[in-house]
This record gives sequence, structure tokens and C-alpha cells, in this order.
Amino acid sequence: MDQGPGRDGAPVNVFELVWAWLTDPENWQKNFRDLGIPARILEHLTYTGLAIVFAVMIAVPIGIYVGHTGRGGFLVVGVANWFRALPELGLVILLVLAMGVALALQALTIVLVALAIPPLLAGTYSGLRNVDPEVVDAARGMGMRERDIVWRVEVPIALPLMLGGLRTATLQVIATASIAAYMGLGGLGRYVIDGQRFGTLEGYTMMAGGAVLIAALAIVVELTLAGVQRLVVSPGLRNRKFSRRETRVRTKPVEKTEVAIS
Amino acid sequence: MNKRLFAGVATAVVAALTMTACGGSSDPTANEPAQQPTGSGGPVAKPDKIIVGSANFPENVVLAEIYAAALAKKGITIEKKLNIGNRETYYPGLQDGSIDLMPEYTGVLLQHVNKSATETGPDDVYAALQKALPPNLTVLEKSSAEDKDAIVVTKETADRWSLKSIEDLKAHAGEVIFGGPPEIANRPDGLPGFKKNYDLEFKEFRPLDTGGPLTVNALKTNVVQAADLFTTDPAITVNNFVVLDDPKNNFAAQNVVPLINSAKASDEVKQVLNAISAKLTTEILIDLNAKLSAPDKPDASKVAADWLASAGIS
Repeated sequence: MDQGPGRDGAPVNVFELVWAWLTDPENWQKNFRDLGIPARILEHLTYTGLAIVFAVMIAVPIGIYVGHTGRGGFLVVGVANWFRALPELGLVILLVLAMGVALALQALTIVLVALAIPPLLAGTYSGLRNVDPEVVDAARGMGMRERDIVWRVEVPIALPLMLGGLRTATLQVIATASIAAYMGLGGLGRYVIDGQRFGTLEGYTMMAGGAVLIAALAIVVELTLAGVQRLVVSPGLRNRKFSRRETRVRTKPVEKTEVAIS
Repeated sequence: MNKRLFAGVATAVVAALTMTACGGSSDPTANEPAQQPTGSGGPVAKPDKIIVGSANFPENVVLAEIYAAALAKKGITIEKKLNIGNRETYYPGLQDGSIDLMPEYTGVLLQHVNKSATETGPDDVYAALQKALPPNLTVLEKSSAEDKDAIVVTKETADRWSLKSIEDLKAHAGEVIFGGPPEIANRPDGLPGFKKNYDLEFKEFRPLDTGGPLTVNALKTNVVQAADLFTTDPAITVNNFVVLDDPKNNFAAQNVVPLINSAKASDEVKQVLNAISAKLTTEILIDLNAKLSAPDKPDASKVAADWLASAGIS
């Protein structure tokens, strides 16, 4: 192995190679062919952040409106599922060719927003729909205005599901933001695409290294969001799923007996 | 039991491979009719029949059509096997005699027969190629037409900085974002080659596609100020792009050259093909490519015939 791995078809230790790539200081700083891993991570997070911010601005208000009023639910589910079927890579290339390379970032953001909307919309919508109607009734009975019911009752209770949607959306966007590299943008996808195009052992090592970095970034962001969720969700709602199910099981038979008696 | 099973599987695999191999070499890609109906036809090969092959991209197909049509005009029986595939696929066919003639490119062909070749200048590559080819294959005269990578700028950029060659770009390298296929960051004739041959280090490299619409669009819209395109890309003439000279031969020469089975290279055949090579230029290749990619998708044989007529080769 002294004269370099992979020559004359000898088997190579993939993990060793990838580890060597990941720990090579040269890959962590700017050089003539790459910006370096920290800059690529920053780019990747920028693409992800942009997409998530716009997707939240679109999906959450719609989800809240539909979830609160119950109007157009089937439409939301339909549109969200339709968005899920979009082939991101094809769409982004189509958009870049239509809009021009100068607007590649905008094209990428549009596609990633489309990707992030379904889980956000589904999470928000189902979060609000799942709020116990009796709680909403009680709030209304106490004289709360509709706006307050939404913001002070429904949204806080729906928060775990909404944040679940956010986490799913973020994970998907982090993984998919790699396609940025296809139209000359940066991000960690650069390593995957370039490595494949180099077609050498060095290239494939870089490809695997890039994939590891994307996965690691996804995990770190996911853990961070899970931490955020713990902080912002009201302590009273923790383990709520569990206790609510119990309540339901208890109330239903009671209703039935009442009906039977009357 | 296990042994027998293994033997059975092995036999099946060998049989399958043999069949594929047969299919590969004897597959006539057969829907191309013989150009010249004067021959008796059928599988009885006349001794002077020449089988013309081509790789699977339009420019190579039209070059093969040009060779075929010009030879047919001399009364030589021609059979066409066009659109075969890449070099890995068709080169064995040249060696076993199922293809006699191919339009080739000097640099890539040299790399194919000798992986460690380092020549880059047109004449060096050509000389090295003549030496490296097996005795049963010969290259005839090379043409001046080249299909290779080149650094290309817009007319405005070329005028503003009075750029003629890659050397002139050095003074402005700090302002230039360079676009091209991702692998050019790593190829010996890519960024490392620019640095070695021209001491040229661009401000930034923007990985795009391989001479495709992204690169053309990026150059046109000034997202990149210089780009790697193929010299025969019609986008160059359409957009008035300027191809920068490469005096240090950073990009290996890729002259179009007829590669022929030595046994078929009669004086008459040589004369016809050399006359074509003498006329072919890179501009003509651009023009042919532009015609081929026109909206009405003309047939390559028609484009070839038109060019032969206009070039006065008959």
C-alpha cells in the first residue's frame, strides 16, 4: 500500500480512505480547486435556511388557516401530496435553463421550498386539526376571540406536530440541497458530484466523504431542532399523545352507554 | 453437488459471454443499407469493400458519412455501421476487421492506444500515434479540424482585454471566474495544467456542465468570464465567442484523422480521404454541427453530401 492505494486493483479500505479525506487539513481550507469544507457547510446551511424560511412563510399560515377553519383540508392534502411527487433534480435543471445560470440560487430555492412545503403543511394542518375540540370550545366559552384561540390555544398545542413537520422538512432539504452542485452552486453536494466526475479513486473517496458530511450535518441539525423543540413546547404537552389516547378510550364507551340509555 | 452447480453456472456464464461477444463483433448494426447498390450485395464481401463505422455522436457520424459518400463516388463498395458507441466499443471492431474505417481524433486515440502518452502538440501527437498503432491499423493525413477543449471568452471580453491567447488572460486572472465541467478542476489539462503551462490561476472556478447549455448560458450572461467549451460547438459562432489560442498546447491536439485498416488503405482510398482531410477545418466542423442540430434535424448523409458538393470533392 506504500505506492498509494487502489493501484493495480488491490482492494482498498474505504473507511480508512474516507477518514483520511475527512481529516486532511488541506480539505478544510481554501485551495485552488475548492473553498474548503467549512465554507461548503456554510453554503449548504444557507441554501437550507433560505428554503426553510420561505417554506415556513408559505406553509404555516395556510396550514393554520385550514387547520383552524377546517375548510379546504382535502385541497391542502392533495396539493401537498402533489408537491411530494416533484422530481427535484429535473425541476431544478429545467428552472436553471429557463431562468439562466445567474439565477441558479433562486431556482434552487424555489425547488427546495416546494420540497419543504408538504411536511410543514401536513404538520401544521394535522397539528391544529388534532387539538381537542373541547379545549377550543372551552376557550370560546371563556370569551376568547378567534385570533387568540388560534395563537394562544391551538398553535401552542399543535406545536409538537408543527415542529415535527419542520424537522422532517429540514432533513429532506439538507439531503436534497446537494443538487445545488448540479448547476454550479456550492454546498456539500460539490464533493459528491465532483468526486463522481473525477472518476478516480481520489474522486470516489471525496464523494463518500461528502456523503458522510451531508449525513453528519443532517444529524447535527436534527439534534439541534430536537433540543429547540424541548425548549419551546409547553411542559404540560409533553407525553400528551399518550395521555390523550387514554382519555379518548375512556370517554367513548361512556357516550355510547348514554345513547343506549336514552 | 455444489461443484456441479458451480460448473453449471460457470457454463451458463461462459455461454452468455460468448454469445454477447459474438453479438458485439458480428452485430452489423444492420439497418444501414449498403451505400453502393452496384455490388452483388448480400454477405459475399467484395475484396475492396470498406466498412465505415462511427462513434455515437452527430459530428462523428457526419464525418463517417462524408468518408463513405466520397469513397462511394469513386466506385468503392461501402458498408456503413454508424452510431456504434464509444471507443471502448468500436475499437475492438477495428482490430478484428469488422470495421475498416473510422473518423478519429488524434489526441484521444493516442491516449486509447498508449495510456502514458504525454505528447500534446498536433504534429507530436500525430507522430506518436503513427508509432503507437498496431501494424494492422493506419492513420492517414490529419486534417486541421480539431474537436477539443478550449478556453473561450465573449467577444466583449476579448476586445476589452485584447485577448488572443490563453497567455493574455493571465494579466486579468484575478477578475475572471472560470466555468467548465467539474472534472476540469482535477484533469491534468484543466486547472492544474493552466497553472503549470501558463501560471494562470483564476479568481474562482465555477463547475458547470461539459460544454453544455449551462456553460454557454453562464458565459453569455457574464456569470463566468471564461469557460471551457468544445472547439466545434456551434454556440461559439452563434454567440460570437472567441476561442483563445493555446500556444503551449495545454490541451492535447485532437485533429480529425481517418483511422483505417492497413489492408484497405489502397492508393485510391488514401487519395480520397486525404483530399477530405486537406479541406476540413474546425470552422467547417462547427458549421456541420450547426446544420445537424438545426430544428429540422436533417439526415447526416444529406449534410455530408451537401458539404462534399460545396467543397468540390467528387
